[in-house]
Amino acid sequence: MEIPAIVGAGLVVIGAGIGIGKIGGSAMEAIARQPEATGKIQTAMLIAAALIEGIGFAALFAV
Amino acid sequence: MEELLGGFSLGLFFWQAVLFVALILLLKKFAWKPILDSVNDREEGIKNALDSAEKAKLEMENLQADNQKLLKEARAERETMLKEARDIKNKMIEDAKGEAQEQANKLIQQAQAAIESEKKAAMAELKNHVAGLSLDIAEKVVRDELSNKDKQLKLVETMLGEKSLTEA
Amino acid sequence: MRRKISLKPITLLLLLVTFVSFGKEQEGHGEQKTDQKTEIKEYIQHHLQDSYDFSLFSYTTETGEHKHFGFPLPVILWDNGLKVFSSSKFHHGETVAEVDGSFYKVHHSKIYKVDGADGQIIEDDHHHATNEKPLDFSITKNVTMIMMVFLIMFFMFKRMASAYKKNGGMPKGMGRFLEPIVLYVRDEIAIPNIGKKHYKRYMSYLLTVFFFVWIVNLFGLTPIGMNVTNNIAVTFCLAIITYLITTFSGNKNYWKHIFWMPGVPVPMKIILAPIELLGTFIKPFALMIRLYANITAGHIVLMSIIGMMFVFNNWLGSSLSFLLAFVLGILELLVAALQAYIFTVLSALYFGMAVEEHDHH
Repeated sequence: MEIPAIVGAGLVVIGAGIGIGKIGGSAMEAIARQPEATGKIQTAMLIAAALIEGIGFAALFAV
Repeated sequence: MEELLGGFSLGLFFWQAVLFVALILLLKKFAWKPILDSVNDREEGIKNALDSAEKAKLEMENLQADNQKLLKEARAERETMLKEARDIKNKMIEDAKGEAQEQANKLIQQAQAAIESEKKAAMAELKNHVAGLSLDIAEKVVRDELSNKDKQLKLVETMLGEKSLTEA
Repeated sequence: MRRKISLKPITLLLLLVTFVSFGKEQEGHGEQKTDQKTEIKEYIQHHLQDSYDFSLFSYTTETGEHKHFGFPLPVILWDNGLKVFSSSKFHHGETVAEVDGSFYKVHHSKIYKVDGADGQIIEDDHHHATNEKPLDFSITKNVTMIMMVFLIMFFMFKRMASAYKKNGGMPKGMGRFLEPIVLYVRDEIAIPNIGKKHYKRYMSYLLTVFFFVWIVNLFGLTPIGMNVTNNIAVTFCLAIITYLITTFSGNKNYWKHIFWMPGVPVPMKIILAPIELLGTFIKPFALMIRLYANITAGHIVLMSIIGMMFVFNNWLGSSLSFLLAFVLGILELLVAALQAYIFTVLSALYFGMAVEEHDHH
């Protein structure tokens, strides 16, 4: 049986979702621990999330 | 992917590229450069103003410190002057006291010396007087004694007798 | 931030207008549900595509006649010579346009050459038109929007700049809104990512791209607006400019890190080189896809939920859809700014990588 490509894309999206969720969670923890570094953490979080997002999109559009 | 490529429109890309690059260049010349420059200038100005304020504050503090120092010095000087004055006063009193004492001592000594010499003179006079008196008395007694012949002879004998005894 | 808050009521109002104009679209077709669904689907698809005339909204009258509100735009083709004509000749894609003896037809928002006045689009097995496509430089709806944003930005920032001159270095009016944003781009995006030494060279691009993407995204949320950034051509253009700037400002260190990664053994260097090289292409590619996909997905979801209001056609479902669309509309406002921010941050990050001087290895 052949697995349709869209399933793979879905898996990648799930992975990306978990990744972004983890980044967000860690960022929250970091901000809670060091509220004075909020700006830096936010920037780093956004960049990391954006990079993962890029992979997700790549998978989605490769279908 | 296919959908992406299918959706690509060369015309739109062309216009976007032309317009966007033109926008960057135009805004750079007419907007971003003047805006960022004036913001920079303003920030520079604020920074300079803050710096000079800080400087003025520092100077003020220095001045104040100087003032404080001067005041302290003046106070110290006053203190020393007062101390000196007090010392001088004390010394003067001390000196005066000493001199007075000396003077008094001297006077007392002089007085004592005078008293001594007076006493001596008085004693000498008294001795003279007593000697004179005794002499007078002795003269009177002797005259009384020697007025009688017998008595004279007797005395001579006695004296001679004594003499010979002692010489023997 | 303040700007966004002030924009909210306006955008909400415009969103409401969208619902109204969208409602008009549905009139006269209320009976059959399946029909309505396909129509909504088509409408959304149509909304996401570029068009040759600037149509604000259209509806079908009871007699089956299509009414369009809007105005035609010039079509510019290069097909054995320059051909310029008004898009009204297409009659909203319903007829074939004849220009200088050549015939053109619009098919899925693209112009194809056909044989004659009643010529047809010939499709292959994959539903791809096989007709010849002339080079198309038409001023489409999206191009019109880009031009509008171009003019808005140019005059807005020019005025802002001249206000500084007149006011002795203080912002005035609109500038008071915009200055904190400009400073934010400078202090929070450019300087931390590129570094104090080099950031000035990239400020023009970063500021322009930030405001361009943001304004275009906001226009996309208005009912008149076309969502320019949901065209891959537009985001591709932005991404390729970022890529070109990165590549041309790359210093020795940057290239060394790509082709001969210092600090790793030689076999690893050989393996890493193609990966790193590929990475330089993937970065702008992701930049392009991210912006495109976010805006497109946002529009599809928002419009689908608005469409659901008419599919449900009862008070509970429709009001729930309305609420959802309302919340999503606000979210899209955030996404509009966020995507502009992310595009700018990542561009700055790539520039920073290109000019970074590694003395700490």
